[in-house]
Amino acid sequence: MKRASKIYTALMMIFLFAPIAILLVFSFNEAKSLSVFSGFSLKWYRELFRDTETLKAVRNTLILAVAAALISTVMGTAAAVGMNKLRNKYLRTALDSLTNIPMINPDIITGISLMLMFVFVGRLFGAATSLNFGTMLISHITFCLPYVILQVLPKLQQMDKALPEAAMDLGCTPLRAFFKAELPEIMPGVITGMIMAFTLSLDDFVISYFTSGNGFQTLPIRIYNMTKKTVTPKMYALATIIFFVILTLLLISNLYDEEMVQKRREKKLNKKQAKEAKT
Amino acid sequence: MNNKTRSVIQRMTLTPYSIWAVLFIAVPLLFVAYYAFTDSAFHFTFDNITRFFTATSQIDDGETVREVHTYLVIFWRSLKLAIISTFFCLLMGYPLAYIMARAESRTQNILLTLIMIPMWMNFLIRTYAWMTILQDTGILNGFLSVLHLPRIHIIGTESAVVIGMVYDYFPYMVLPIYSIMAKLDVKLLEAASDLGCPAVSVLRRVIWPLSLPGVLSGITMVLIPSISTFYISQKLGNGKFFLIGDAIEGQYVANNLHFAAAIAFILMVILLVCMALFTKLANRKIIVA
Repeated sequence: MKRASKIYTALMMIFLFAPIAILLVFSFNEAKSLSVFSGFSLKWYRELFRDTETLKAVRNTLILAVAAALISTVMGTAAAVGMNKLRNKYLRTALDSLTNIPMINPDIITGISLMLMFVFVGRLFGAATSLNFGTMLISHITFCLPYVILQVLPKLQQMDKALPEAAMDLGCTPLRAFFKAELPEIMPGVITGMIMAFTLSLDDFVISYFTSGNGFQTLPIRIYNMTKKTVTPKMYALATIIFFVILTLLLISNLYDEEMVQKRREKKLNKKQAKEAKT
Repeated sequence: MNNKTRSVIQRMTLTPYSIWAVLFIAVPLLFVAYYAFTDSAFHFTFDNITRFFTATSQIDDGETVREVHTYLVIFWRSLKLAIISTFFCLLMGYPLAYIMARAESRTQNILLTLIMIPMWMNFLIRTYAWMTILQDTGILNGFLSVLHLPRIHIIGTESAVVIGMVYDYFPYMVLPIYSIMAKLDVKLLEAASDLGCPAVSVLRRVIWPLSLPGVLSGITMVLIPSISTFYISQKLGNGKFFLIGDAIEGQYVANNLHFAAAIAFILMVILLVCMALFTKLANRKIIVA
């Protein structure tokens, strides 16, 4: 890289990380101040771990994200398989545009629209509050589904169409052919889709805000409620922990990727050497 | 595969999703329209829509009291701030995407990971971090007074909201542009400069047009969330001025669901029309290029 490029990249990284660095530093501040660092202390971390509401919100978030990711991955993969085989042009276009809606629409509209329907249906049944864990799960599955489909469809299109047919010619039932021949081929797409669904669900605030009931709080909603009033650096401690969890996960996945690339390279090299040895 | 098994598989795989998509994607949008055009007793009315265009309120700026259209002012402000934020994201993000795409593959991966880390942190936390920095007694002013420079008042102004939006949505601009630029054929650039094209012209006449698809998807990915946000303006604007998202959220909190639906409906229609025009224009431009 040229020097100017290096300086520019460094500036942008400072812009991206300075706010996060400030949170990290002030989470260890002894005093409550946000501008003067008066001394190192783990006080806010202790307080965070005593905050049962926040801990409960973490648990809720994880339960919701796992459930939403699993259900949307199964349904989305099935949908992609079906859409890939769909011959009816109009039905395909209709499904495609329906799938695109949650991705194009602003979150606030998706959230409001689902909330209005839940409230209306709830009123039909005479319920006072119709928003709960169930409505939130439905909403999360809904906004995750398009991303799963979008990851799986291209893998299906790349796959050799003769593969499942060959399996069935050899006596597999269609279901067995799918699990034995098709699924392994599209697995990378399925897994990426599931990870995306999981992280989208973990991170979502806007749609959850409109579709959550009083009893069920996720972490983003908890953070929102915490920042509504004057904030204690407890929130910074929470942000710091989140940051390090993300950093670790990304590093692991990066190392894993690199290892895979390395292994593939070695394999190729071995093959080449074997070939050369033969000739 | 015979036709019978094909249709069985199709029904098995597609039915659950089709039902789900109609029930939870299409029907809720109909409910937005239904609420927007009814009053609290669910009788048909245009009142909510006309209220958006005609409701007025008074602004007292210290000297004079002016009467303004409440929601039209809010809408134009949202649009203005979103466009300014998108512009700055593009201005700052385009060079970064270019530098990344030209770097060694290892550096590329590191930079990519670095850009994605803030994206994975919740935008509430990121916005809150900026509130800490920009406050009158915050870190920025502390820093300025250490340097014996005059303090600045920025929290609660439109600039603070723009800073928050640019920071929150910056990665959404860089990533699509980068992914297009990384695929760009280097031979094209070499050919252009070999044929005597000066560097600036290579950028303007070769790289820029080829990267347009990435730029366009970056613009939509920044513009849409920033026009509809409601947290950033509340925190960094100090609740002093509203954006369209705040208006919707405020009506929801006040339990005026019908008017909330009306604002959401109008926003949705305007965005749809803009997106349709934008893609049409973009497609023509890309074909010309």
